[in-house]
This record gives sequence, structure tokens and C-alpha cells, in this order.
Amino acid sequence: MAGELSLSRARLEAPFVRKVEELSGQNPYACYQCGKCAAGCLFAEHMDLLPNQVIRLLQLGDEAVLQAKAPWVCASCLACTVRCPKGVDIARIMEALRQMALRQGLSPVQFHLDREYPQIALVGAYRKVTP
Amino acid sequence: MERILYFPGCALKDQARGYEEASLAALAKLGYEVKELPRWNCCGTVYSLAQDELMRHVGPVRNLIRAQEEGADEILTLCSMCYNTLRRSARFVEDPESLRRINAFMDDEPDYRGGVEVVHLVQFLEEIGVEKLARAVVRPLHGLRLAAYYGCTLLRPKEVAVDHPDRPEILERLVSTLGAEPVLFPERVECCGAYLTVPRPDIVRERVGEILRSAGLAGAQALLTACPLCKFNLEERRPLGAPRIPVFYVGEALAWALGVREIPAEIGKLLSTGVTG
Ligand code: SF4
Ligand code: SF4
Repeated sequence: MAGELSLSRARLEAPFVRKVEELSGQNPYACYQCGKCAAGCLFAEHMDLLPNQVIRLLQLGDEAVLQAKAPWVCASCLACTVRCPKGVDIARIMEALRQMALRQGLSPVQFHLDREYPQIALVGAYRKVTP
Repeated sequence: MERILYFPGCALKDQARGYEEASLAALAKLGYEVKELPRWNCCGTVYSLAQDELMRHVGPVRNLIRAQEEGADEILTLCSMCYNTLRRSARFVEDPESLRRINAFMDDEPDYRGGVEVVHLVQFLEEIGVEKLARAVVRPLHGLRLAAYYGCTLLRPKEVAVDHPDRPEILERLVSTLGAEPVLFPERVECCGAYLTVPRPDIVRERVGEILRSAGLAGAQALLTACPLCKFNLEERRPLGAPRIPVFYVGEALAWALGVREIPAEIGKLLSTGVTG
């Protein structure tokens, strides 16, 4: 076989991943896929991709992650963030993925205005999941 | 009388008014003069997790400036969401470059100089100390099995945690001091779903079911919270079949034990001393 196989972050990293890194301040490549984040996430059963799978797709530069519903189910509870042995703030990565859609005016989320919500519920929801 | 500056936030002036009234009455009984922060504004409710959203710190930092104008180095909060956003923003502007940018942006305000700390009622009570607090208890809540539900914002992230993020004991110490029996249950540090109650009530209903069942199995007769959103979810999103466990604010239980608020009948009948009004 001729030539060398050279793997480097500069070659592999897709521009959208760089954007996620910039918005989140996190390094997805630090993750070693132990799955602790997914194990402790109480919202994982409603996610199409588990939190560690979201990170894995980022590592692989797979744009499918941008269509994932998982970030919209994430409640920013930070359970994963305080438990990650590699110090990856997964909640910030979820936030970055939401922001990338929101900043294009997109959100897959519908509101159920079936109650008289406390202001903190409404302000929180508007800030987190509406453009 | 020691004076403390207090940041209410919107929920304490509306749905959680009882929490404010009970807490302020209890603090007065403990010898504190509580002054409401003048011209306070919304804390923002959710701390921004994006690196570039400087804007989101403006609201919280304005409140810190109001405290600075009062010559205070501490603001007391009752709502755990306010506590979380304000304290994290206070941490954020400890970085000189972030502080410089925020100050440059807010050209209608005096510069924030830093140094105002944000404390939550449970930390404040811990500082007062078990002994002093125990001496002030006139109606111990003997016989009541009281479970503290911490939720997220008192415990995470670590930098603002009022105690160990996975194994907190601060509220259990308070419960014991008030004479009640603290009840631990696995879901006490887990998320109720928070603001997802607006877009995804289905998920929140599931979460609340888990939390109530977990507390019920542990034998809790009442739940204690510091968060108006947790309380809303625990009450309004209770699924059919989940145990109906009444939810009270930390400040309410405190006020009962200090004798400055009437003990509700549903709690009174659980006390070993009977209804004490
Ligand atoms: S807990 Fe951290 S290291 Fe483990 S899979 Fe999740 S992000 Fe990766
Ligand atoms: S922050 Fe999001 S991904 Fe992490 S545990 Fe909570 S809901 Fe799951």
C-alpha cells in the first residue's frame, strides 16, 4: 500500500462541528464514549439519539446530528454535565445544537398553552426553545 | 437587627407569594431586617449555556449593580431558579474580561465592580446555624415525615451547588432542626422537567410520576421545595395514579416551626402533638 494514512482533527473536522465547539466552549473529542451521560439522563428514553451518541456524531462530523430531536428533549438539568468523567459539559453541546437551529429561525417545538403557567416556565421555555 | 437585601423575582410576587410571606416572617422572627432590592428586574430564569450570549448576563448583572448601590455585598434569594441564574452570572463576571465587556455594553449603568455574592435561603439558614435555629423553634414538627426535593438549580452546576450535587444533606439538616423526620428518596436530586412543561407536558407528567412514586415509597408525607416551577410541575402535572403528596416551600415549613405561620390542617393532623394551629 502506498502512502500513509493520516488522521488529524484539522482534516476530519467539519465546519459545523467547529461552530458547535465555538458556541459550547466544549471539545467533543474529549469524550471517550463511556455512556455515563446517557445512563443518568432521565430524558434519554424520549431522545432519538442518546447524549453520548450526539457527541459521537459530532466526533465523526456526521451532519445528521443537526436534525436530531434529542437537544429539544434535553431539559438542561446538568445531571450529565456534573457526572462526565472527561469534564465534557454535554448540556452546553445540546444548547449549541439548539442555538444553531434557533439562529436560523427554526424550532421543531410546539407550545401547549393549556395552563396558567408561572412566568418562570414561560420565560424559560421561550428562551430555551424558540427562535 | 442585621439588615439583609432580598431579591424576590417574579414568582415570589405571584404564584409563590405564600413562600415570600412565610420566609420574611420567619426571618424577622430570627432577628433580620429584610429589605427588598430596589428596582430589581427579572433574573432571566435560565442561565445561558451559549458562549456568545453576553446579553443574557445583562439582567442579572443589573441586579448586582442595584445591590452595589445599596452598599451590600450579599443578596438573598428564595427562588432556586433566581439563585442559580444570579449566582452563575456573578461567577461569570469574576472574569475581568467578561466584566469589562458587560460594563462597556451597559453604558446607562454605573460599572459593576464585582464582589456581590448571591445566597439562597437554605445557605443563609445553614449559616445561622442549627443551634440558633433550634432555639427559635416553638412548634417542632415532630412526627412529620418530610422529604426534601432539591431538583436541579440548587445543586447544579457544581460551582453554585448549595451542597454535594449528588448527596446533599443541607435540607435534611434543616428538616431535623425543625423537628420533623427527614426522608431520603432516590429522585430527590433529579429533574422534574422544568420548562419542558410548556412544550412537553407528556414528558414532565412522566417525570413527576417517578418523583412522587419514589417519595411515596420512601414514606414521605409532604415534600419540601425551593422552586416555584418544581412545585407547579409536582402539582399540575401529577399523573393519574401517582401518590398525592402535598408540596410546600422551605420557608413555609420554617415559618410553621417558628410559630409565625399557621400549620395547615393536613399537616397538623400528621404531627405527633396533634393540630397545633
Ligand atoms: S459521560 Fe462524558 S465521556 Fe462519557 S460518553 Fe458522556 S460525554 Fe462522553
Ligand atoms: S442536561 Fe440534557 S442531556 Fe444532560 S442529563 Fe439533563 S436532559 Fe439529559
